[in-house]
Amino acid sequence: MPDVGRVLDARVADRCAPTAGLGLRSPHYADAAAAAAPGLWFEVHSENYMVDGGPRLAWLETIRARHPLSLHGVGMSLGADEAPDPDHLARLNRLVWRFEPFAVSEHLAWSTWNGAYHPDLLPIPRSGEALQRVADNVQRTQDAIQRTILVENPSHYLKMADQHQYGEIEFLVELCRRTGCGLLLDVNNVYVSANNLGFDADAYIDAFPGQYVAEVHLAGHSADPRLGDALLIDSHDAPVCAAVWHLYARLVARIGPRPTLIERDDELPAFDVLLAERNRADSLLRALAKCR
Amino acid sequence: MSVTQSLRGFQEAFAHALQDGGAHDTKLTAPTAQPGFLVYRNTVMKGCIDALVANYPAVARLVGDVWFRAAAAAFVRQGPPQHPMLVDYGAAFPDFLRTFEPAAELPYLPDVALLDRYWTEAYIAADQTPLAARTIAECAPHVLASTMLVPHASARWRWFPDQPIQALWRCNREEANTDGLQTLVWRSEGALVVRPYATVEAIELSAGGCAFMDACAAGAPLSDAGLAALDAQHDIDLSTLIAQLLHVGAFAEMLQ
Repeated sequence: MPDVGRVLDARVADRCAPTAGLGLRSPHYADAAAAAAPGLWFEVHSENYMVDGGPRLAWLETIRARHPLSLHGVGMSLGADEAPDPDHLARLNRLVWRFEPFAVSEHLAWSTWNGAYHPDLLPIPRSGEALQRVADNVQRTQDAIQRTILVENPSHYLKMADQHQYGEIEFLVELCRRTGCGLLLDVNNVYVSANNLGFDADAYIDAFPGQYVAEVHLAGHSADPRLGDALLIDSHDAPVCAAVWHLYARLVARIGPRPTLIERDDELPAFDVLLAERNRADSLLRALAKCR
Repeated sequence: MSVTQSLRGFQEAFAHALQDGGAHDTKLTAPTAQPGFLVYRNTVMKGCIDALVANYPAVARLVGDVWFRAAAAAFVRQGPPQHPMLVDYGAAFPDFLRTFEPAAELPYLPDVALLDRYWTEAYIAADQTPLAARTIAECAPHVLASTMLVPHASARWRWFPDQPIQALWRCNREEANTDGLQTLVWRSEGALVVRPYATVEAIELSAGGCAFMDACAAGAPLSDAGLAALDAQHDIDLSTLIAQLLHVGAFAEMLQ
């Protein structure tokens, strides 16, 4: 079997040095366009730019002219038991050609079903049947945009052990083997899921196959208003917590530096506050790169 | 471990439980009965409502957060989003408000919502360079009469009889503009919303102006569009109207 991981690593290294980036939200457009931090890149939710015209696309052109970009989808519904919407694939393809992102990612989740879009990342039972369906959907997506995508590990809120035939890592690795896709490891999702389902986050991070990881996400979470810390929610509305930073350091010490994103979607602070958080990840990556 | 359900069966039951709030499928009783299931249900509903708050800011400001979120939740239950581009969600919300009983006391609300929707449609419409005023000025009068003015891809307009919808909308759409409400005159009013370049513009438009734009959109030559404007408003000054429309960027091109 060819060493898919090594091929992927080389390709990713060509596209973007393993520096840290920021999720881009519209209140920060002007700051993002003017930002000059070395290695700074931005990530957007693809769906926010699937419009015919207007200021969003114009700003993204401006920012893309100065910084690398990655496209992160929340609506392809790879985990649904139906093929991706051809119109949605065509819209994604237009964005990919126009903005030439260094990475295109999606989630191991579903959101569209029977003509309705549920704006969340809903869970799947990890069965052999689901694996084949998700692999087909990843393949269709990759065929449509003529490049490989990255698939992100989800946050978990439900105990579904009796529904699963595969462990999550095993499932993701098999997906990479079947489709040539890579993985986006969201460290906060691991922390939240470990807390909610009662598994060991360190052990999960240690077992995650570094050769497939082409991007890392870091984000904040919040406690459920009723249940408190027993149920953590992947809310992207707070700074990255200390425990997630420790998991991240543990990960990159083992697998080496990877493009790393600070994700913030809600309770948006000033751009400089987010940039400082991003610089923290960037400093760690640069130190590691020198050591290796 | 045993897999108890097909992927399709799992999704059918999960989507059903998200929408109706109950867990009728016994096979799914365990996941949907867990406290964590509420995270999904709440996130889905919050995502839809937040999108409507973002897309209907003037309505939200007029009625307040609690009223708006309750109305939005009722709308979401009738018609969840059909695709993941949430900036475009809620095209049917103005019509929903026309039949939403608690809104009956606020007869202006559906049309204020319509202008919010026009704003969104203009915001995401295809980019087009607007027709320059001098292009028309350079046209010989006998040619001008048979010329058709094509509305800009982002242009939306509507005449509102009996209600100052444009002023109500403007005062509630713009964060700092509450002075306008003090001097509000209750009268008929029209509005034109267009995005010629980066910024969405909105102007008050007369009854004749709305009729003129309707005629242009239907492909009428300038002479017929002018007559339509005069039919709707006998005292309209056509050259001032056309200059006003060209100035705001309401047209994309002229065709002979």
